[in-house]
Amino acid sequence: MIKICVLVKSVPDTASMPGISEDGRSVVVEDLDYVLNPFDEYAIEAAVQLKELHGAELTAVSLGGERASQALRSAFAMGINNGVLVRAPVATEMSGRGAAVCLAAALREMAPDLILAGKQAVDDDGAQVAERIAEHLGFAHASAVNHLEVKETSLTVKRVFEGGYMVLELPLPALVTTEKGINEPRYPALPQILKARRKPIDEFMVSEPVASLALGWEVESLTVPCPERRRQLLDDNVAAGTAQLADLLRQEFLS
Amino acid sequence: MTVLVLLEPRCKLTDSNLTTVSAAARLARRLGVELHAVWPGKKVEDQLALLAGLGIRCLHSVEDGVLPQFSHEAWVPFLADLARFLETRLIVAPSSALGKAWCAALAARLGAELVQDCTALEAAGDGTPLVEKPLYAGKIVAALRLVDSPALVTLRPNTVPLERTGEETPDIQFHSIPASNGLCIIQDVVWFAAGTVELAEARVVVAGGRGLGGPENWPLLRDLCDVLGAALGASRAVVDAGWIDQAHQVGQTGKTVSPDLYIACGISGTIQHLAGMRRAGKVVAINKDPAAEIFRHCDYGIVGDLHEVVPALTRELKARRQPVA
Repeated sequence: MIKICVLVKSVPDTASMPGISEDGRSVVVEDLDYVLNPFDEYAIEAAVQLKELHGAELTAVSLGGERASQALRSAFAMGINNGVLVRAPVATEMSGRGAAVCLAAALREMAPDLILAGKQAVDDDGAQVAERIAEHLGFAHASAVNHLEVKETSLTVKRVFEGGYMVLELPLPALVTTEKGINEPRYPALPQILKARRKPIDEFMVSEPVASLALGWEVESLTVPCPERRRQLLDDNVAAGTAQLADLLRQEFLS
Repeated sequence: MTVLVLLEPRCKLTDSNLTTVSAAARLARRLGVELHAVWPGKKVEDQLALLAGLGIRCLHSVEDGVLPQFSHEAWVPFLADLARFLETRLIVAPSSALGKAWCAALAARLGAELVQDCTALEAAGDGTPLVEKPLYAGKIVAALRLVDSPALVTLRPNTVPLERTGEETPDIQFHSIPASNGLCIIQDVVWFAAGTVELAEARVVVAGGRGLGGPENWPLLRDLCDVLGAALGASRAVVDAGWIDQAHQVGQTGKTVSPDLYIACGISGTIQHLAGMRRAGKVVAINKDPAAEIFRHCDYGIVGDLHEVVPALTRELKARRQPVA
C-alpha cells in the first residue's frame, strides 16, 4: 500500500485583516481566526480520493506548535488517518528555506511514496517550501497541478502554466502541489470533526543544526497599502453614465 | 559578482520577462556588476532582437536539444552551476508558474533564500538588494533586505517599467554539458489558442461576479474584453458556482493582478477579492447595489444593472474607436 504524506498549514482566515506591530517590524496575527490553508484542502482531498481508489496510508504533516496541530485536526476531519507535528529546534521565525529543512528531515524518516501539498500558503504566499523539500529528498516534483492519476510506480499529472499546460509522468517517490480546481474538497461532517479532536498526534523533533534554519533577510518595513481612489460616481442614467465613462477611459487609457 | 536573470522558456519572451531584465539591469548598475541572463530554451539567437538595449552583457544557453525545454530537472543543476561560476549575488526571474517553480528548486540547490511574487526590486543605501513583497495577498507589504548571498527573487508582471537604451545585443555563450532528461517524462505540452490575453499579465482586466446572473451572460463581458483588448477575470463566488474555470479567478485564492485598468462588473468587493486587484491603476465598478463595498475602492462607479450598462459601454467604446471626421 502506498504511503502518502500531505503537508498542511494553519493560516489566518482569508477574511481577516492582519495588523502591524508598533515597531513596524512584525505582523500581528495573534487575534486572528486560523483556518486550514485553502490550497491544502485540495491536497488532502486528492490524498483521500487516492486512498478510496487504490488504498493508501495517509499522514498529514505540519510544522510548528499548537496552531499547526489545528491544521492536522482539520486534515483528520477530512479523512486523513495519521498526523505528525514537526517541532523545530528554534522558536524564532523561519523562512521557507528553514521550514523546508525541518520538514525534509521529518519526511526523510517517514519515507513516503508520494507527498502532496497546496501550491502555496495564503499567509506569506511563499510558494516554495514543497519544491524545496522535493529537492532535498531527491523526489521528482511538479507544481500547481490540476489533474492527477496514480499508477503502480508512477503518476501522471497535468500542470497548468500561462498560455498552456504540460502532461508529466513522474516516477515515485514524487511530490506534487495542488492547484484549485483539481477536485472539490469535501465538507467534514460533525462526527468526523469531533473524532478528529481526540485523535493522537505524533511529534518529530528536528535535530538539524540551528544555523541552517536562520533567516536570510531582514525586514526593513511593513506597511498596509491603501491606494487612493477617486470614488467618483457617474450618471446613473445608463446612456449618460456609459458615455461619460467611455470618454474618461479613452482620455486615460486608449488615446 | 553578477546579477543573473532567468528567462522563461515559453515560445517567445513576454513583456514580463523583459521588465524583469530591466529591473535586474538597474540593480546591476547600482551594484556596479555585470548583468547576465540565461535562456533555458531553444534557438537562443532568436531572442537577441527582443533583448537588445536592455543591459545584458552575456546571454547563456546550451545547444539546442541537449536539455529538454520545460524540464526544471534538466535545467536547474545547470543553472546552479552557472550561478556559482558567475558568483551571482542575485538571481531574478518573472513570477510565472514556471519561473516560480524553477526558482524554488534552484534556491534549494543553492541553499539560498527566495522571495516570490515581488512587486519592486532596488538596492538599499549600502547596496543590499531590497525587495517589496506582498503578504496576505497584498493586505500587507513588506520591504525585505536580502542580506544572504546569493538570493533569488521573482517579480510580478506589470510592476516594473521597461527601459530600453540603444540597440546593443548581449554576447551569446554556449555551454557544453552532458545530455540530461531528469526523472519526469514530459508527455505533452499544449498551448492554448493564440490571441487570449493572460490574466496576470494583462494591461486591462474586465471581471464578473454574481451580478452577472449566470454563465450564459459571459458574452456581455467578453464583448467588452474584445473592444478593450482585456483579459477576463472572475470573483471566487462565480468560480465556485462553476460558471467559469478557476484560471480566471482574481483574489486571495486566485490570481493577483496589477493591470492599468480593472473593470469590476457585478462584484460586491470582498476583502479577498480586493486583495487580488489592489494594485490596479484605475478601478471601475459597475454594480446595481449602491451600498456595494466595491464602490469604496473604485475610481469611477456606475450604479446600474450590468446587463444594460456593460453592452452600452461596449457600444460607446466602439463608437469612439471610429476615426473622428
